[in-house]
Amino acid sequence: MLQDVVSVSLPVNERMRIKKNHFEPYNLTGNEKRICIVTGIHGDELEGQYVCYELIRRLSENGHLLNGIVDIYPSMNPLGMDSIKREMPIFDLDMNMIFPGSETGAVAEHIAAAIMNDIKGADICIDIHASNIFLREIPQVRISKETAPKLLPYAKMLNVDFIWVHSSVTVMEATLSHSLNKAGTPTLVAEMGVGMRITKSYGDQLLDGIFNLMSKMGIWAGETRNVSHPIVSTDGNVSLIYSDTSGIFMPTIKHWAGISKGDHIGDILDPLTGTVEQEIFAPCSGIVFTLREYPVVYEGSLLARILGGC
Amino acid sequence: MTKENIVTLKSPYRDDFEINGYRFGKGEKTCCIVGAMRGNEVQQLYVCSQIIRALSNIEKKGDLAHGKQIMVIPSLNPFSMNIQRRFWSVDNTDLNRMFPGDANGKTTQRIAAGIFDFIKEYQYGIQFTSFYISGDFIPHVRMMDTEHKNIGLANLFGLPYILLRKPKPFDTATLNFNWQNSDTSAFSVYTNETEHIDEESAHIAVGAVLRFLSRMGVIKYQSHGGYMATTLEEEHLMSVHAQSGGIYRRIKQPGDEVEQGEAMAEILDPFEGTVIEEIKAPANGIVFFAHKSPLVLENSVVYKIIKRLHI
Ligand SMILES: [Zn+2]
Repeated sequence: MLQDVVSVSLPVNERMRIKKNHFEPYNLTGNEKRICIVTGIHGDELEGQYVCYELIRRLSENGHLLNGIVDIYPSMNPLGMDSIKREMPIFDLDMNMIFPGSETGAVAEHIAAAIMNDIKGADICIDIHASNIFLREIPQVRISKETAPKLLPYAKMLNVDFIWVHSSVTVMEATLSHSLNKAGTPTLVAEMGVGMRITKSYGDQLLDGIFNLMSKMGIWAGETRNVSHPIVSTDGNVSLIYSDTSGIFMPTIKHWAGISKGDHIGDILDPLTGTVEQEIFAPCSGIVFTLREYPVVYEGSLLARILGGC
Repeated sequence: MTKENIVTLKSPYRDDFEINGYRFGKGEKTCCIVGAMRGNEVQQLYVCSQIIRALSNIEKKGDLAHGKQIMVIPSLNPFSMNIQRRFWSVDNTDLNRMFPGDANGKTTQRIAAGIFDFIKEYQYGIQFTSFYISGDFIPHVRMMDTEHKNIGLANLFGLPYILLRKPKPFDTATLNFNWQNSDTSAFSVYTNETEHIDEESAHIAVGAVLRFLSRMGVIKYQSHGGYMATTLEEEHLMSVHAQSGGIYRRIKQPGDEVEQGEAMAEILDPFEGTVIEEIKAPANGIVFFAHKSPLVLENSVVYKIIKRLHI
């Protein structure tokens, strides 16, 4: 069932609408568990689109296997997604910096509050992100240290390769996930793939995880597949490699591959002079779970994250 | 006056990214003034350029105090301004959400760290900035409502209003907040323009800074008295919302007095030209903030009003 979560009148003959697809069992008992699948807060992140499509397709064909409520929100930032823009157009605002919003606030805050109200009270929420156009990520779940005791069991059901338990930063308090967790709705952030692209294999992997999670929670009575056992790590085991100069980054390694300390990771090239500006070597041994996808770099551009620690 | 380089960053395809500062006087790091951090803050750039012009005249006359120095950084982000983008030219992040920065972090964190290391030891910090919602303000001094705030000093600008803002999560990554946290008395000064130059409010802003500097004994400068400021808390301002989207016709300007029920703006049907909504003042007061764009969305905050309590 299609529903508008919130809508706002734009200046010229158009409404912006945030929509969801609502699934519920044929016979409601009133005790159903509810899961929310959210994506598209960042308009340039499309990996969640295939996940939503496929999830909705399977649920539509197998309504008799549904014992709980599933709400799917494919596009939290419809204007951004439609105009290839990460931020909310008009305000140029990162939508994940305005939660929990305010019903009496400005337009963006009002929208954020309406989204919060719609999701609040769910038994679990999964917010699917796709990194950005610069970096490629393996399927992973990110949770803060504070929420780890509560969220880790759910995160392990999602069939991701890696769970990153990170320390909290004050500016992240305005994200949807932080605000929902604070409001008592357990919310996981899934990150996978790269901006502006869809990686079908990652989508299929996460879908197996979502069906597994729904099955464990008593929402889905259909078949599920075995899920992987993810590596769980804290910040201490993650090493970041930044560019020290500007130019074109050409990696010599593969994403999600093991490397040893001192291995050649790639080069920063100068396309005008034909010279290598910087050779990049691994500062530690481990697995590359983040790899730069967008070639143009500045000093300070993130090139890779290695799971392994130094 | 000496021109100095504060941050340099090599770009793959453009000239080096550079942040330049102008130093007046020698000695104690007394006052640092910063301008445009976002690419659309042309008024803020203009105000700083006029301050530099005024200070260099004051210096020529020998009217700088001994043992004190003033630093003015007119632009923290010339790259974005030159390509007419508001935020960082590569990834569209906001430099004013990167403080105190990280010298070993990502590009914009490195820039923020380079700036912050250079300016954090000044006793007073003045920033010309703009709000994240576009529109015009009454000229005012804005401060974060933390234990470090110093309202007495904010009064020395002689602007009519001082606004206190309770920090939200994102504020903790702004320059103003981090300046205060590192024991600089930090003030953000708002004038009523951003993308265009408004000579009159620029003149008010330059005058306010020179008045502040002269009252603090940093320069000798003949200034008229200015205002005794009224201190406001941001959450006490009254928001007026649009109920419809359409073409926006502003009637009341920042600084105007309004009476309850008086028409403040109209929203027109974008095709048929008829008035579909008349926005009325919800209370007696003074317009503090006014929406500017000729278009408006439903639910937009189009005015903020200082409610009149004492009449
Ligand atoms: Zn995202």
